[in-house]
Amino acid sequence: MSRHDGARVPAPLLVPAALGVLFLALPLVGLLVRTPWSQLGTQLGAPGVGEALRLSLVSATLATAVSLLLGVPLAWVLARSRARGRTVLRALVTVPLVLPPVVGGVALFLVLGRQGIVGSWLDEAFGVTIPFTTTAVVIAATFVAMPFLVISVEGALRAADARFEDVAATLGAGRWTTFRRVTLPLVAPGVAAGAVLCWARALGEFGATITFAGNFPGTTQTMPLAVYLALQRDPDAAIVLSVLLLAVSLATLLLLRDRWLGRATA
Amino acid sequence: MSLRAAVAVRRGTLDLAVDLEVADGEVLAVLGPNGAGKSTLLRVLAGLLPPDDGVVVVDGRTWDGDGVHLEAFRRSLGMVFQDALLFPHLSVADNVAFGLRTRGTAKAAARAAAEAWLERVGLAGTGGRRPAELSGGQAQRAALARALVGGPALLLLDEPLSALDARTRLVVRAELRRHLADFPGSTVLVTHDPVDALALADRVVVVEDGRVVQAGTPEEIARRPRTDYVARLVGLSLLPGTGEGSQVRLDGGATVAVAEHATGPVFAAVRPESVALYVARPEGSPRNVWRARVVGATPHGATVRCDLAGEVPLVADVTATAFAELGLTVGAEVWATVKATEVAVYTR
Amino acid sequence: MRRRLAGLAVLALTAAGCAGADGAEPRGGDELTGTLTVFAAASLTDVFTELGDRLADDHPGLEVRFSFAGSSALATQISQGAPADVFASADEAQMAVVTDAGLADGEPQVFTRNVLEIVVPAGNPAGVTGLADFAREELALAVCAAEVPCGAAAEDVFAAAGVTARPDTLEEDVRAALTKVELDEVDAALVYASDVDSAEGAVEGISFPEAEQAANDYPVCVLADAPNPAAARAFVELVLSPEGREALAGAGFAAP
Repeated sequence: MSRHDGARVPAPLLVPAALGVLFLALPLVGLLVRTPWSQLGTQLGAPGVGEALRLSLVSATLATAVSLLLGVPLAWVLARSRARGRTVLRALVTVPLVLPPVVGGVALFLVLGRQGIVGSWLDEAFGVTIPFTTTAVVIAATFVAMPFLVISVEGALRAADARFEDVAATLGAGRWTTFRRVTLPLVAPGVAAGAVLCWARALGEFGATITFAGNFPGTTQTMPLAVYLALQRDPDAAIVLSVLLLAVSLATLLLLRDRWLGRATA
Repeated sequence: MSLRAAVAVRRGTLDLAVDLEVADGEVLAVLGPNGAGKSTLLRVLAGLLPPDDGVVVVDGRTWDGDGVHLEAFRRSLGMVFQDALLFPHLSVADNVAFGLRTRGTAKAAARAAAEAWLERVGLAGTGGRRPAELSGGQAQRAALARALVGGPALLLLDEPLSALDARTRLVVRAELRRHLADFPGSTVLVTHDPVDALALADRVVVVEDGRVVQAGTPEEIARRPRTDYVARLVGLSLLPGTGEGSQVRLDGGATVAVAEHATGPVFAAVRPESVALYVARPEGSPRNVWRARVVGATPHGATVRCDLAGEVPLVADVTATAFAELGLTVGAEVWATVKATEVAVYTR
Repeated sequence: MRRRLAGLAVLALTAAGCAGADGAEPRGGDELTGTLTVFAAASLTDVFTELGDRLADDHPGLEVRFSFAGSSALATQISQGAPADVFASADEAQMAVVTDAGLADGEPQVFTRNVLEIVVPAGNPAGVTGLADFAREELALAVCAAEVPCGAAAEDVFAAAGVTARPDTLEEDVRAALTKVELDEVDAALVYASDVDSAEGAVEGISFPEAEQAANDYPVCVLADAPNPAAARAFVELVLSPEGREALAGAGFAAP
């Protein structure tokens, strides 16, 4: 548990690292420079902006919650199970990562649309249609964002010392108790990192959402959709909205980070 | 008989087949080199690894065998690992209370029992700390408390002292001895350190390549080793040969004079401190005198342990002063003598 | 079912912009060489690809490349210095972005116009007959968002017809609206007549009188910074020629 305070960065690392920072930060600087700060008040006060922001935050958070609920157990299966189909399963999990999100949206239609395999049954049996609802926004965001969580948590589980699970077993803990009281707390940092990635990806989700959930202010128009449409009419407005989305998401992540770090060192 | 086990495991190059019996209150040490299958044996006893074949019966209850495999968490056992393995996310007290909580003890009662055990192992007042704040010795004591707090029928110790530095090991070994004396169940201690085995165990089995090669009390093992591995561990030179009355003819042809009457296949065992070295052939006529060559020399405190090659392979301990005065170096030709009364003889 | 799946995946990909190939008989002349880059509104994908192939067949040394996207996205890219030779916009407003910036070579010329049509899934399961059906709450309806040209046109026709539309989604472009009809996920959408033609079979078009109120003029121009101005002029001439008109009419576009 040693820490290297003020370790010197070797030059072959320093230069690419600095270039990397520039590459990632400069577009942000570009946005900030171009932001028409004088219009900030009127743009942010425009009708629909608050709604879109609220919808984005709510749907990204719900998508993260659903991803945690389904993704952590899935990661456990991928990391620990010795089942034969595991390799195939892992490939399947990464499908949403490589699928263009618009195609992902079409795929969701084919399953959950009103003509879809599951959707048509939902429609007939319960009169429930999913497309063009806030539920569809959450589903689309979950579809594209959950793999980030699963991959992070699986990595954390693989890196965790499995002997602690043996210890728990010798102390009378069944598999479920072991998972809850030992495994999960051990990989908590990995779960947190995965949840952050998942949330961020869900917040920025555009393609699958606009395809599967459509775009309607108040029910399905999230910030990225609002930004895209604003770009058609008024690029300045689009920049203001982007900066707002960035500011809110960075503030949220920093706040959570401090809480986690605070707890970890307590 | 409290623990009766006859287990067989084959995986990869390991072919393990070991029978054990351990009475209530008895400590059995399983001594053997790395890779002998000791830890695998312990995992089978713990229920973490189902044996390919065999039985494990504790207090008359079948844990393995007859188509039964009781899972680890259903077995009444405590286990201490080499690296303590305290759960890093729980306080020391919660670590100790863990086994009680999983088995249904109420929180307050479990907490009280944990504190009591922490006091017993000399860790009073540390319950609120994180495991990372404990020293190696403290962590291993807490791990022992965690294993014993539930009053298990079987205690399994997997190299419990080998991760500790030499000084701490001495202290913890003495404490462990005390706690094992108080423990009413059966204990199986796995170690590759003969000092642990001899100091802590009532009986020792030596396992090499998955088989028991010797079993007995610590004294028997120490005085009459039956394999080179054990002999080296207890610091004896083991010379297999055939008894011819007052001498033993070694398999290599040389003879060793002995004080006892010996017949048939025997071991002659010589302690390093019984061997004297001379540069010139010694005066008088000791019965055991051989030419030898120094092939290795390792300082050991105030003495130097010399490995000798020749018609009788021996290990000799000489004082550092003598080593210097005789001008010994690796490669030096010397004369080695041993009194007949210093040679232990026992049947093979 | 599998065939349908594959077809839809292709649809989704073409919505993002790519081109097929279609042959035509070669003619003489090889004074045009190099690469010609045409930025064109997404609704022109099929017909421009065909015209581009003809031009390339006539001039073996010439390679014709297209970037099909929303007109506003293309106008933005041209303003940012994209190396295009020709810009064909789906409305005058986006062309104005380019001309106002002084990036057009000469006056843009209107080469065709597009009118809105109601598009419904094959068989018209919801029994849509006219614009008035867009006020029916129980139908799943898609129109373009007001920010994009087809959405502005939709607002105009609804105003002209006195209909208060109740869409479920405001699509970011006309192809996205069409895709949802093709997937049978909405009962009706408002798209351009040319789009209905491009998706023949899977959907049906229903024309309505108010469409004329919001006909979209398509202007085309050679760009001032065109890397290949000669080829650019040749392509614009081809588009404006009777041959070009014929191809556009065949794709559902109206004469200017």
